[in-house]
Amino acid sequence: MSTDPKRWVAGHVAALPKSGIRDFFELVAKMKGQDVISLGVGEPDFVTPWHVREAAIFALERGKTYYTSNLGMIELRRAVSAYVEEHFKVSYRPEDQVLITVGVSEAIDLALRALCNPGDKVMFHQPCYVSYHPSVSLVHAEGIAVPTYAKDNFALTAEALRAAWQPGAKILMLNLPCNPTGGTCNLEQLTKIAEFCREKDLLVMSDEIYSELTFDGVHTSIASLPGMAERTIFLHGFSKAFAMTGWRIGYACGPSVLIDAMMKVHQYTMLCASIVAQEAALEALTRGWDSVLKMREQYHRRRDLIVRRFNEIGLKCHSPRGSFYAFPDIQSTGLTEKEFSFGLLEKEKVAVVPGAAFGENGVGHVRACFATSYEQIIEACDRTERFVQGLRR
Amino acid sequence: MNPVLKLLLEGGSLSTAQMAQVAGLSVSQVEQHLEQLKKDNIFLGWRPVLDLSHEAAAAALVRAVIEVKVTPERGGGFNRFAERIARFDEVESCYLMSGGYDLLVFVKGASLQKVALFVSERLSSIEGVLSTSTHFMLRCYKEQGFLLADNESNSSRLNVAP
Repeated sequence: MSTDPKRWVAGHVAALPKSGIRDFFELVAKMKGQDVISLGVGEPDFVTPWHVREAAIFALERGKTYYTSNLGMIELRRAVSAYVEEHFKVSYRPEDQVLITVGVSEAIDLALRALCNPGDKVMFHQPCYVSYHPSVSLVHAEGIAVPTYAKDNFALTAEALRAAWQPGAKILMLNLPCNPTGGTCNLEQLTKIAEFCREKDLLVMSDEIYSELTFDGVHTSIASLPGMAERTIFLHGFSKAFAMTGWRIGYACGPSVLIDAMMKVHQYTMLCASIVAQEAALEALTRGWDSVLKMREQYHRRRDLIVRRFNEIGLKCHSPRGSFYAFPDIQSTGLTEKEFSFGLLEKEKVAVVPGAAFGENGVGHVRACFATSYEQIIEACDRTERFVQGLRR
Repeated sequence: MNPVLKLLLEGGSLSTAQMAQVAGLSVSQVEQHLEQLKKDNIFLGWRPVLDLSHEAAAAALVRAVIEVKVTPERGGGFNRFAERIARFDEVESCYLMSGGYDLLVFVKGASLQKVALFVSERLSSIEGVLSTSTHFMLRCYKEQGFLLADNESNSSRLNVAP
């Protein structure tokens, strides 16, 4: 009889590919103590604004250490409902159309578990966040990657969507602005996508975590387009705009039947999000908007700086309309994205993430997070320039 | 807004070359902006922010805040008083205030004695000064936006994350 513990691992889990970021993470971790500048992170460099942290401390002092409603504190759901209405022009009832989750990541998992039967097809644009495809595989559904291209600034187009569509497709996952490309859709593109979703009766899961960090134009949620709120699960959280990654707090809004289905899974697995994080989130929504604007202004100028420098260096880089990621094309160096990332780390101690970690459509690119200080960005760009010039010699 | 002024308002921790990169200007353009801001008396100068609790930095050991009540002069209001007081080397800052007193004066001196002498002999003896109330600073927690006991650490943040 085999004694290998592997025999107990479920087949569909064993078959999941390891995150492409993992190897790179290990390599960077080994260089700890050396003067590494990391543009490899996926979170703000800002600490959560003090008033938010202070509100959480106050909640602990008042003894708020217990479970909340499965759906989340009603005060927070009311605040979420008001915030979403104000900023995204969609109304959700706090009583039965809002669910507080442990980050958007849990919300995505809940939605897929609540909505997918084995073999259902879920579409997502790619390059995309590393967890999308694995989350789909974990519920025994089938992922369909829809490519986005540098020539479109990595906006999803209805044409690409139609080309990739297959019978049996049930859900479309959107992440606009997108991690890792910063790509997003303008109103015209989004309207066409919405039309396509209605035509093919697709449910949309819209991950809007970077929406506040839109620098050019106004962010529009697909949920706000005519006839879309009833077929959209709106997913959002506090990690990026309010610099609250470690709190793990987010929310899902949608038709009450769908939220109720998600809540069923949530109540048996998570019970509720941490009450301290919920208290902090309530403070963030109530009094945090000024901080969001301040941080956004900073990201905006950092984006302009890093995009300009990459292009000057000869790494073709579109200007991401949102998020805090630049996604330059490194093919002019003659290296693959992996060789480029490893070489840059080894020679110049700058960490960027190889684009293929975000799916095969990320080939030839690297992701550089500009959520770091001007000084660090300038130094990282100087080093990258040296590295690229060294290759050309 | 002048792009250089905007960066200065954020704390002015960047060098001229760094400001040039951030604002997308040449170094000489940044210098021109700085020159213009000086000419317009908007940008008055650089000064370091020091943690004076370190002995090495403690050139002026004692700092005090003084609330000053004065009788405003006919014709001159508070301005002549304020400008007169502000000219003393010991005075770091001087503000006209609303509320229970008129001028708030930040003073530094090499010793308690020196600050006390300044208040009793120079400040309170100015004609028109009705009263002074001196508060010595015991310990600083935040100086010009810098936290002195900054124990927030970024060192345990992941270097690579999805």
